[in-house]
Amino acid sequence: MTQNAEHVLDHFELFRGPEYQQMLANKKTLFENPHDPAEVERIREWAKTPEYREKNFAREALTVNPAKACQPLGAVFVAVGFEGTLPFVHGSQGCVAYYRSHLSRHFKEPSSCVSSSMTEDAAVFGGLNNMIDGLANTYNMYKPKMIAVSTTCMAEVIGDDLNAFIKTAKEKGSVPAEYDVPFAHTPAFVGSHVTGYDNALKGILEHFWDGKAGTAPKLERKENGKVNFIGGFDGYTVGNIREIKRIFELMGIEYTILADNSDVFDTPTDGEFRMYDGGTTLEDAANAIHAKATISMQQYCTEKTLPFIENHGHEVAAFNHPVGVSATDEFLMTLSRITGKPIAKALEQERGRLVDAMADSSAHIHGKKFAIYGDPDLCYGLAAFLLELGAEPTHVLSTNGNKAWAEKMEGLFASSPFGKNCHAYPGKDLWHMRSLLFTEPVDFLIGNTYGKYLERDTGTPLIRIGFPVFDRHHHHRYPVWGYQGGMNVLVKILDKIFDEIDKNTNVPAKTDYSFDIIR
Amino acid sequence: MSLATTESVAEIKARNKQLIDEVLKVYPEKTAKRRAKHLNVHEAGKSDCGVKSNLKSIPGVMTIRGCAYAGSKGVVWGPIKDMIHISHGPVGCGQYSWAARRNYYIGTTGIDTFVTMQFTSDFQEKDIVFGGDKKLAKIIDEIQELFPLNHGITIQSECPIGLIGDDIEAVSKVKSKEYDGKTIVPVRCEGFRGVSQSLGHHIANDAVRDWIFDKVNPEAKPAFESTPYDVAIIGDYNIGGDAWSSRILLEEMGLRVIAQWSGDGSLAELEATPKAKLNVLHCYRSMNYISRHMEEKFGIPWCEYNFFGPSKIAESLRKIASFFDDKIKEGAERVIAKYQPLMDAVIAKYRPRLEGKTVMLFVGGLRPRHVIGAYEDLGMEVVGTGYEFGHNDDYQRTAQHYVKDGTLIYDDVTGYEFERFVEKIQPDLVGSGIKEKYVFQKMGVPFRQMHSWDYSGPYHGYDGFAIFARDMDMAINSPIWKKTKAPWKDAPRPSLMAAE
Repeated sequence: MTQNAEHVLDHFELFRGPEYQQMLANKKTLFENPHDPAEVERIREWAKTPEYREKNFAREALTVNPAKACQPLGAVFVAVGFEGTLPFVHGSQGCVAYYRSHLSRHFKEPSSCVSSSMTEDAAVFGGLNNMIDGLANTYNMYKPKMIAVSTTCMAEVIGDDLNAFIKTAKEKGSVPAEYDVPFAHTPAFVGSHVTGYDNALKGILEHFWDGKAGTAPKLERKENGKVNFIGGFDGYTVGNIREIKRIFELMGIEYTILADNSDVFDTPTDGEFRMYDGGTTLEDAANAIHAKATISMQQYCTEKTLPFIENHGHEVAAFNHPVGVSATDEFLMTLSRITGKPIAKALEQERGRLVDAMADSSAHIHGKKFAIYGDPDLCYGLAAFLLELGAEPTHVLSTNGNKAWAEKMEGLFASSPFGKNCHAYPGKDLWHMRSLLFTEPVDFLIGNTYGKYLERDTGTPLIRIGFPVFDRHHHHRYPVWGYQGGMNVLVKILDKIFDEIDKNTNVPAKTDYSFDIIR
Repeated sequence: MSLATTESVAEIKARNKQLIDEVLKVYPEKTAKRRAKHLNVHEAGKSDCGVKSNLKSIPGVMTIRGCAYAGSKGVVWGPIKDMIHISHGPVGCGQYSWAARRNYYIGTTGIDTFVTMQFTSDFQEKDIVFGGDKKLAKIIDEIQELFPLNHGITIQSECPIGLIGDDIEAVSKVKSKEYDGKTIVPVRCEGFRGVSQSLGHHIANDAVRDWIFDKVNPEAKPAFESTPYDVAIIGDYNIGGDAWSSRILLEEMGLRVIAQWSGDGSLAELEATPKAKLNVLHCYRSMNYISRHMEEKFGIPWCEYNFFGPSKIAESLRKIASFFDDKIKEGAERVIAKYQPLMDAVIAKYRPRLEGKTVMLFVGGLRPRHVIGAYEDLGMEVVGTGYEFGHNDDYQRTAQHYVKDGTLIYDDVTGYEFERFVEKIQPDLVGSGIKEKYVFQKMGVPFRQMHSWDYSGPYHGYDGFAIFARDMDMAINSPIWKKTKAPWKDAPRPSLMAAE
């Protein structure tokens, strides 16, 4: 017997005991109809070959281990960024259980969202009654200041019309006529979670700026010199938005963060559950129309929102998840140019410190090869930072990146001598990445938690940057934007590099002459 | 600590009834009427818990439930390790459920085993407009080429499939023929079907019946010689290794486990199950259907059991043994005796730290009742419980065998109700899921996820009980719960320090 009351064995120790090992071996040989181990080994080796890679890349229909989610997740992420707002997803209820779980597993925080719980009868007759009852229940139970509606693919396939449904629900008294119920159609079979972010944010701004679905006069823009800031779908939203606020405050810029979910995904444990916390006030969301300019930190999260804002007379600027020195320089210079405010002395010092840190450590990163995967903007930002460090972002893969993104990436590679042998892979998945890592190995892999399977199979050490990160805690609290954020990313990369060197030099009397104390 | 311990049963009942009346006030009239049927206070001696169940969730209330796809792909089919399960439709469903359920298995992932992978048809707009059958056929070809050691394929339908009129059954038949009778199973588990995960379980069970059992060649040479002691474990998903810490006990008592459904299971095990002499059923909710079918068609009896906590484990081992001869009955006694010292040690260590502590549960499947005995073995008391997707037969079993008089019962609880109940009852521990975990921890209430075992486990069997006891102590007696109030505010709640 292996289990012990004094020192309780967890699953990872318990099942390694001889009784269990014997039991599992018997189960396999007697009952599982296993393949010959030699055959398994042969296929395992074959799956590493260029021949396999070719077949793998010839796939036209099958997706294996994609690095993207669906639109409504992005819509929910946006909605909770507004003061007192409850996301309401019209369609099947299981979807909402999934979004809530997904966000909670990443942020280790509650994630509140309701569904209109459509079932088979709604599939036949449409979901109008679900909308009518659902809005009334949500309004009465959770007393939100706003209910932001989006859709699952079920509602989209049957063609439910949110505008008409919400109007009818208001007529039936589900919520008061003047109550804010912005909406966005977010079909899961178009784009990804970043598309959903875009659609939902546009839907909310459209609601406040363009006459609340015909129930109020459109707002007339009176420029007030403020700057709107849009973060985009971001696993580091808690750390990043707080860092951005600090930067704005250092520069004395008046700003509005749109969809500010940095507080709702970081509430204190003090005896009270806050279903709503912080967020862009509805007043600020409406008044955001008067801003001088709007900045999007992630171009591919705001492909529709930013032109919409531009059409309202704003100057707009989009970045690609800026990480590191030059990207942050550009961000700050743009801010400075737009507002006429000089870049704060403190930020200049932070810049110098990041450059200092990179100079101190670059010898360990220089020339190293990296594979990166994730959302299109994140990939761009990280690749640009690696190039600054003299590293090579050899494979950059984005399941939800398109051809235009790939061209932009190729442009980035062309701008640096370190980008010479680097390639972008739009629309590919992590099974493609597996072939890339076997056939053109790199030193490190950057990606989300699911990269751990690639790390296990290919031996490429994983640096966890991205969304979701389920199996490491609290990284979302630290920014990756701004010079300070760049510092965090640098340290994360360096820690892994040094850990790997130590791991590979620690066999006594064999390799430990390189097990250095000073690096 | 808890309010319940100082009250009489009559007081508790009155308090709980009042609580129900209070929460119902928040709803519009129509909703209040519907929700009232799902909330009650258990009366000892009644045959069920006095609540309605397995009805549609109400729009907009924040139900905790999932969907039929979650019940089929996520629960029943997903753990079958040597088959490839295609999440057929848009990318999200497969993405959110990817490797999230901790169904442990042994195998070379991506080569002969596929549980922690996400295969999807990633539907685009054109697939919705023109249909996805051709794409599905191509996907099966690509799977055959890139994953040649797979033993079979299932097609797990997401919402659009049933709405756009795709014929996945036809594709499956054609492709099965093309690949020499390969097992290809179409599953109609679109998320809008039914009212919860539950219908997905049923649909998945039926798919095993129609597309696996009915296709097994009765003339085929058996893969192994049958023995009089062959049993199958049904309804154990091997979360954190649960099925393994159960299997070991059955084998130690002299039985031979020929199949696991479905944690660490394989197609061959599913196919061989009709040879079992007895099906032992843990999660009744998700797999009673196939057990009943095997009873009717193959004459295999089935027996529910409960491997949470030493009292229920011993009771269950004896119950299972009663289907067999003296050799097995003696085997059961031998196993119970063998683990008695471990159980004594675990209880001696943890019971004093947990005695009198109260628990509120809200889980799926079998757990809202099955874990009660394990808590009681530790001197704890379950004061409220409810099922995410239970049916009346679940509430009957709960009433007749598990809950105490006056227990608060809440079916398909809403976020609002659960918060209010916990706020008022102030249990020492809440056991529910990831969506609930942080809500209650923010409130300062210790919490354990009782779906995923909060990334711990196994909790089944004797080995699992040691972990269960340790985890409950760790949750309740963590020093952090003393710190939720700043010292310059109210005094913190007293609690013990965790043992390790």
